Amino acid sequence: MSETMIGARLARREDERLLTGRGRYLDDLDLPDALAAAFLRSPHAHARITAFDATEALALPGVVAVFSGADLAEIQKPLAPKVLHPELRDYPRLPMPPEELHYVGEPLAVVIAESRYVAEDALELIEVDYEVLPAVGSTAIALRPGGPLAHSGDESNVAVLLSQKAGDAEEALRTAPHTLSEEFFLMRGGGHSMEPRAVAARFEPATGQLTIWDTTQSPHYARQQLSMIYEMAEDDLRVIAPSDVGGGFGPKAQFYGEEVVIPWVAKKLRRAVKWVEDRQENFVSAMMERSQTHRIEVGFDDDGRLLAVKDVIEHDQGAYCAGLQVPSITTSTVPGPYKVPNIAIELRACYTNMVPTSSVRGAGRPQAVFVMERMMDRIAAHLGLDPAEVRRRNLIQADEFPYQVGITFRDGSPLTYDSGDFPALLEGTLERIGYDEARREQARSRAEGRYVGIGLAVYVEGCGLGPYEGAKIRLTNRGRILVTLAAAGQGQGYETVYAQIAADGLGLGMEHIDVTTGDTARIPFGQGTFASRITATCGPAVFDAAKQMRARLLDTAAVLLGCDPSEVDFADDCVCLGGDREKSVSLQQLAQVANIGKHGITLPRGVKAGLETASYFSPERAAYASGAHAAMVEVDPETGGITILKYVIGHDCGTVINPLLVDGQVLGGFAHGLGNAMYEEAVYDDEATPQATSYLDYALVSSAEVPPVELFHIQTPSPLNPLGAKGAGEGGTVPPPAAIANAVEDALRPLGVRVTRAPVTPARIADAVAAAHGSEASASSTSPGADAGGKAP
Amino acid sequence: MADHTLSVTVNGESYDEAVDARMTLADFLRERLRLTGTHVGCEHGVCGACTVIVDGVAARSCLMLAVQTDGAVVETVEGLAVDGELSPLQQAFKRNHALQCGFCTPGFLMSVTAALREDNVRDEDDAREVLSGNICRCTGYSGLVRSVVDVAKGRSDE
Ligand code: FES
Ligand code: FES
Repeated sequence: MSETMIGARLARREDERLLTGRGRYLDDLDLPDALAAAFLRSPHAHARITAFDATEALALPGVVAVFSGADLAEIQKPLAPKVLHPELRDYPRLPMPPEELHYVGEPLAVVIAESRYVAEDALELIEVDYEVLPAVGSTAIALRPGGPLAHSGDESNVAVLLSQKAGDAEEALRTAPHTLSEEFFLMRGGGHSMEPRAVAARFEPATGQLTIWDTTQSPHYARQQLSMIYEMAEDDLRVIAPSDVGGGFGPKAQFYGEEVVIPWVAKKLRRAVKWVEDRQENFVSAMMERSQTHRIEVGFDDDGRLLAVKDVIEHDQGAYCAGLQVPSITTSTVPGPYKVPNIAIELRACYTNMVPTSSVRGAGRPQAVFVMERMMDRIAAHLGLDPAEVRRRNLIQADEFPYQVGITFRDGSPLTYDSGDFPALLEGTLERIGYDEARREQARSRAEGRYVGIGLAVYVEGCGLGPYEGAKIRLTNRGRILVTLAAAGQGQGYETVYAQIAADGLGLGMEHIDVTTGDTARIPFGQGTFASRITATCGPAVFDAAKQMRARLLDTAAVLLGCDPSEVDFADDCVCLGGDREKSVSLQQLAQVANIGKHGITLPRGVKAGLETASYFSPERAAYASGAHAAMVEVDPETGGITILKYVIGHDCGTVINPLLVDGQVLGGFAHGLGNAMYEEAVYDDEATPQATSYLDYALVSSAEVPPVELFHIQTPSPLNPLGAKGAGEGGTVPPPAAIANAVEDALRPLGVRVTRAPVTPARIADAVAAAHGSEASASSTSPGADAGGKAP
Repeated sequence: MADHTLSVTVNGESYDEAVDARMTLADFLRERLRLTGTHVGCEHGVCGACTVIVDGVAARSCLMLAVQTDGAVVETVEGLAVDGELSPLQQAFKRNHALQCGFCTPGFLMSVTAALREDNVRDEDDAREVLSGNICRCTGYSGLVRSVVDVAKGRSDE
């Protein structure tokens, strides 16, 4: 038996090819004679197409075809939202609308040409007449009575109104000794995988089969959607997520019109067709997330213990509802790690004329954590207590799991935290940032006129969702173990992690194990990589299939060696009797006998043919990862510049399979969260025209902005799966906006500055400083008691 | 249309090709020479994924035309490992988990390779400076910073 691989800090096997330029991303695949596609996209946020003429474009040498929405009648079927609700007023999202367009960037025609250069030339030659319609550029406009409608002729812009409650929040707020309220806004942000989206397809007339290469996070989901839209059997559609995909982060888990159009065109033209999104398109047409307005009210006692939370959320669904996953995650994340006896959450999801929103790393959680953690600080300030102490008093304790929150999670099950130790995360984080000393340091800095602040954020993250994920394991003819996952990786290191897990299940060295991912032709069922779910769902499936395979291999070897299975074990790539290499059969020999066999000759008695095992794991409900972040910052009130002096992350994702990779996930997630905290703004104007459409206007963090971080882990294994694993993909992204905003407000407390928006940019800080000066001036003449947010001490 | 001729040396091999004036160096490398290690992430000079070394200087191949490299010596990620042996920087990337999806990786390797040749990376601050011209969405940079410091230190310790 080899040493345990689960938990080992192993370098990745995929690195060698990626470091030498031998990665196989979609645009690298050799598809001889593939034509290039370019989409014509709406320049208007809301418009009707009144005339379309592609004559000149078609005349351009090298142009093979132009299709508009009107040419695609047979595939103009609504793309189904991923997560539904019976009360959702779903406005049909068509692959390429023939009449009315609902956001800047919506595809309305596609050019197919010999090269992308020619296809882009042709786009310029297409004549379109538009009737421009009034547009909705924010949820505030969307919900304004008598305001413009995102979809002409619709009854309102509201997609769904939902509420969640436990206890009686209204009554508890009415009777609470203290209440505070505030309005918070979080800005849209994107996934910004460095490789944009891409789809290629080839039709095989002889078999009637379509092969589709897609940078999707969910190849089986894409196949299922396509089989419905094309009315084709799943087996005639093969969706392959290439072994190398340049990042996903949520937007690539969604399903888009381009994914419907490209394979259809390939079938129509009987030529391979490839579309590779450029960054300009990605800015206007890849789904985004984040923008929400929260009006939150909290009630608490003199000790700072929460009595009630009421939160009214406006969620920007964009032009269509790609699914309700994000707002439903937000609603169930508001209570976080705290005991909230009375809670009421109202959601107003509405349509706007901006690119549809769906999950982006963190998926609805950063918003909820932002508002709750901001209020924890406000409570502390109101009572003159330390923010760490207020959190301590409200945290769910380590002996209270499983903990029933009282409301429902997005999977419909009662929100129940499986395991965790929130106090240990908080205390560990405080200890590592040197909290008491940091507070003294803050006092010293303040005395010198410097603005230093400390911000905390504690969170829980529902992850490891069902319905299921699976794996297949086979002994190949060459005597290697092949682990096949439905899940498609985007850089998480699946080829390494699942070889580790399989090695432990098999009791066999990793060097004999290969992993393949993301191809619907290799494994029939799957869900995909999203919602930090794969290690907790696919991991157990791999482990179980590996254990089954171990039993099969040993059984088969025992028959051949004429002994009992209990007497044999692996030695390198052989199964040995009693550790004797002379009495052994190799994996290749086992494949020879049980898988290949001798044509027409009976199998040795007792050998079962076909060394292949499969397992699907369906978790009972979501697992809960958790964490605590602490930031110490210095703010320059003149410029609004923030310097991060120190940052500590405490993280708990249950069992850590590979610490090197988990650290990578957390730190990468942190950088994304820092972007949401301080830089990333997908600004749209009131007419819903995107204003940030290049990296010159939309800032992604570089090595210069991301500070060194101290990271520690605790491991509270989940009881919901045999590995005890929880999700690690998004936790790092969730709390930084809260931690940074808390730190900035804390730093500027002497000036009475309020931070209510994310990202906290220099301009916003400067504005808040000016506003605080203004309110100080007016406070001398009017009563400050009207400030429902409570005055900072 | 392919009305410009171009002689260029890429990773030690010479090529004579006819190209459109407007073909970018990135597309020339990827599509014509099938050296697909050089990636295109933004096509507006910000992400650095397309970075190659032209006559010893790191350059964004999305902002350069292929014809501009007539007579030049170009190095791409495919040329970094010699006889299958990863360069010290490539090894450091692997050791320090400096890559996840790997899409940004070739650009980082080329930018840093060019910078390290100038031998002026002394500490973590310099490393961050050298890396700051490229964007990575996956790693959060800490592994990249460690890799650069490792290699720079290795060199000065020699
Ligand atoms: S692709 Fe050249 S800098 Fe981004
Ligand atoms: S590793 Fe994915 S962008 Fe850097």
